[in-house]
Amino acid sequence: MIIHTPHPDLPAPTTSVGAIGWLKRNLFSSPVNSLFTLAALYVLYQLVPPMFNWAFIDANWVGDSREACTNDGACWVFVRVRFTQFMFGFYPETEYWRAILAFCMLGSLIGYLLIEGLPKKGWVAGFTIIGYPVFAYALFYGGWFGLPVVETYKWGGLMLTLILSTVGMFFALPCGIILALGRRSSMPVARSLSVVYIELWRGVPLITVLFMSSVMLPLFIPENIRIDKLLRALIGISMFQTAYMAEVVRSGLQALPKGQTEAADAMGLSYWQSMYLIVLPQALKTVIPGIVNTFIELFKDTSLVMIIGLFDLLSIIQSSFTDSKWLGFSVEGYIFAGLVYWIFCFSLSQYSQHLERKLHTGHARM
Amino acid sequence: MAKPEETTVWWNQAHNRALMFQVLLGLAVALFFFFIGRNALHNLEQRGITTGFAFLGQKAGFGISQSLIPYSEVGSTFGRTFVVGLLNTLLVSALGIVCATILGFTIGVARLSSNWLIAKLASIYIEIFRNLPLLLQIFFWYFAVLRTLPSPRNSMQLGDWAFFLNIRGVIIPRPIYEQGFGLVLAALIISFAAMVFLKLWANKQQEKTGQQFPVLLISLAILAVVPTVAYYAAGTPLHWELPELKGFNFQGGISILPELAALLIALTVYTASLIAEIVRSGILSVSHGQTEAARALGLRQGKILRLVIIPQAMRVIIPQMTSQYLNLVKNSSLATAIGYPDLVSVFAGTTLNQTGQAIEIIAMTMAVYLTFSLTISFFMNWYNARSMMKER
Repeated sequence: MIIHTPHPDLPAPTTSVGAIGWLKRNLFSSPVNSLFTLAALYVLYQLVPPMFNWAFIDANWVGDSREACTNDGACWVFVRVRFTQFMFGFYPETEYWRAILAFCMLGSLIGYLLIEGLPKKGWVAGFTIIGYPVFAYALFYGGWFGLPVVETYKWGGLMLTLILSTVGMFFALPCGIILALGRRSSMPVARSLSVVYIELWRGVPLITVLFMSSVMLPLFIPENIRIDKLLRALIGISMFQTAYMAEVVRSGLQALPKGQTEAADAMGLSYWQSMYLIVLPQALKTVIPGIVNTFIELFKDTSLVMIIGLFDLLSIIQSSFTDSKWLGFSVEGYIFAGLVYWIFCFSLSQYSQHLERKLHTGHARM
Repeated sequence: MAKPEETTVWWNQAHNRALMFQVLLGLAVALFFFFIGRNALHNLEQRGITTGFAFLGQKAGFGISQSLIPYSEVGSTFGRTFVVGLLNTLLVSALGIVCATILGFTIGVARLSSNWLIAKLASIYIEIFRNLPLLLQIFFWYFAVLRTLPSPRNSMQLGDWAFFLNIRGVIIPRPIYEQGFGLVLAALIISFAAMVFLKLWANKQQEKTGQQFPVLLISLAILAVVPTVAYYAAGTPLHWELPELKGFNFQGGISILPELAALLIALTVYTASLIAEIVRSGILSVSHGQTEAARALGLRQGKILRLVIIPQAMRVIIPQMTSQYLNLVKNSSLATAIGYPDLVSVFAGTTLNQTGQAIEIIAMTMAVYLTFSLTISFFMNWYNARSMMKER
C-alpha cells in the first residue's frame, strides 16, 4: 500500500506577502508607479514637516495677548482669546447659556429622532417642528421671564451660521415638498408656477438673491413695516433653498414606481391621503441622503451673508483681522474657520453616505 | 347604453375641483404681485427714484480695475459698466472651467489609481476642498496668500524670465504681433485642418484594410513643423514687451490682478474637487464586464480606456459636469467679496449704489445668470437625448 502524504504548502515568497508584498503591490507595481510614489513622497516630505512644525511644535498656545506669540509658529493664542466671539458674535457674555441651551436642546431632539426604537417619536417630531422654533426664538431674543432682550444685530459667529442654516432648512423642506408635488401635478397652472419658481431660483447665484432680499425686499412691503437684516437674509436663503429642495424631492418622487399611486387611487384614497400615506413616506426615504447633501451646501453657503453685513462665523473671523492689536494672524483665523466648517460638513457627509448604504435596500439595482 | 347618472354634486367632481383650485391659485399669485408692485411703486415714489432703464445712458464716473473693452472713468456710461462686468465674469468663468476640468480629471483618475499613495492623496484633496465654503477659500488665497506677497520693488521673479509676482499681482510679458504674423496663424489653421483630414483618412483606411496609421505622432509633427517654418519664413514677426520696474510699479507687460488670480485659484481648486468625484463615479459606473470584454478582444490598456470606458463614462459625466460648470459661473459672483470687478460687483454693487435703481439692476443681473443656465440646460437636454443609450 502506498500512502500519499501531501507535502505541506510552501510559504508564499517573502516578497509577495506582509509589508513588502503590500508595498510591492500598491506602491511599486510598475516603474511608472514607483516614479509616482517617489514623487509623492518627496512632495509630502517638503510640505508636511514644515506645516506640522508651524502648527504644533513651534506654535504658541498659552497667553492672552499678542506679546505671548514669541515663537515662529502659529499663534493660536489669537484664536483662544477670540474664541467666544467666534462662537457667539456680539451676544452678551452673561447670556451665552441661552444659545448653548437652545442648541443642546435641538441636538438632543434630533438625536432622539435619529436613534431607532425610541417611543413616542410622533410627539417629539411634532414638538421639534412646531414648539421648538417658537421656544428657541424666545430664548435667543429674550424679553420674557426677565430675560433681557438681545437684538438680532448682536447675534453672530457660529451661532448665527447654525441659525441661518437650520431655519433655512426648516422652511425649505415643507415648501420644497409642495413645489415638487406642484411640478409633478397634472394641473397646468400649478405646474407652470412651480417650474418657473424652481428654475428661476436655481438659475441665479445666491449672492444676487441675498442682494435682492436686502435691497429689493424693503421696496416690496408697505413702508411702515420694517424688516431687520437677519430676517431679510433668512427670507432670501429660504426662498433659494426651497428651489433646490424641491428638485431633490422631485427626484425621489420620480424614482417611485407609478404602481404605488395607481394602487392608492384604486383604494379610493384622496390626493392628499395618497401623498401623505403612500407616496411621500417612500419618496422622502430615498432622498434623505440628498436632503443631507443640500443641507451641507446650505451650511457652506451661509458664509455669503457676510456680503450683506451679517456677522456669521467666517465674517466675524474676517473682521477680527482688522483689530490693530492682532494684525497679521489671518492664516490662523482661516484655519480655525476652515476646521469648524470642515468638521460639520465632513461628518454630515459621512452620515449621508452611511444613510445611503443603509437605505440601499429595496428598489435600487445593485 | 344609457349614460350613468351623475351621483356627485358638481363642485365635488374632480375636474371642476382642479379648475377651481387653479383659478384660486392664479388669483392668489396675481394678487401677490399686484400687492408688491403697488408697494414698490409707492416706495420708489417716496424715495424719488424714477423707474425705467434710462440710467443706463448716464455717465458712470467711477473706475474699474480691469476691463476687457475700452472703459474710461469720465466718459463711459452705466450701460458700459454692465458690459465690462459681464465680460469680466465670462473671463474668470471660462478660465476657471478650463483649469477646473483639467485638474478635476487628473485628480479623479488619480483617485482610482492602483498606486495606494496617489489614490489616498487624491481622496484627501477631495475631502478637504469640497467640505470648505468657497468664500473661505477665496479669502484664504486672497488675504492670506496673495496679499502677503512682497511689494513691486522686491518682486519674486521666476528664474531669469520676465515673470514677476508681487502684491499687485502677476506681471508677464506682452506679445506684440508684427506684420506677417497672419502667415503663422494661417499655417496653424492649415495644420489643424490637415490633422482632421488625416484622422478621417486614417479611419477610412482602417475600416478598409484593418491597418492602423500612427495618427497622433504625425499630427504632432505637423503641428510642430508647419507653424515653425512659417514663423521663420515670415521673419520672426513676434516680439515681447518686457515689464520693467519704474519707480514703485511695473510698466509694460500684462498684469494679472491678484483678485483675478485668487478667484481663479479658489474656483479651480473647489470645483476640481467636485469634478474629480464626478469623474470617478462616471468611470466606476461602466460595468467591469466592459473592461473584461475589451481585454478579451485583445485591446491594450490605453485603448480600453479611450475606446470603451471613457465614451460610456462620458454619458454619466457630461450632465453632472455641465451643472458644475453652471455652478462655477454662478460662484464666480463671489468676486464681490474681494473686489474683482465682475458683473455682481460692478453692476449690482457700485452701479446699484450710485443710481439706487435696485429693481432694474437686480433684474438685469439675474436675467444674465438665468440666460446662462437656461442656455446650458437646453444644450444639456439636447446632448442627453443624443447620447442616451439606445436600448432595444
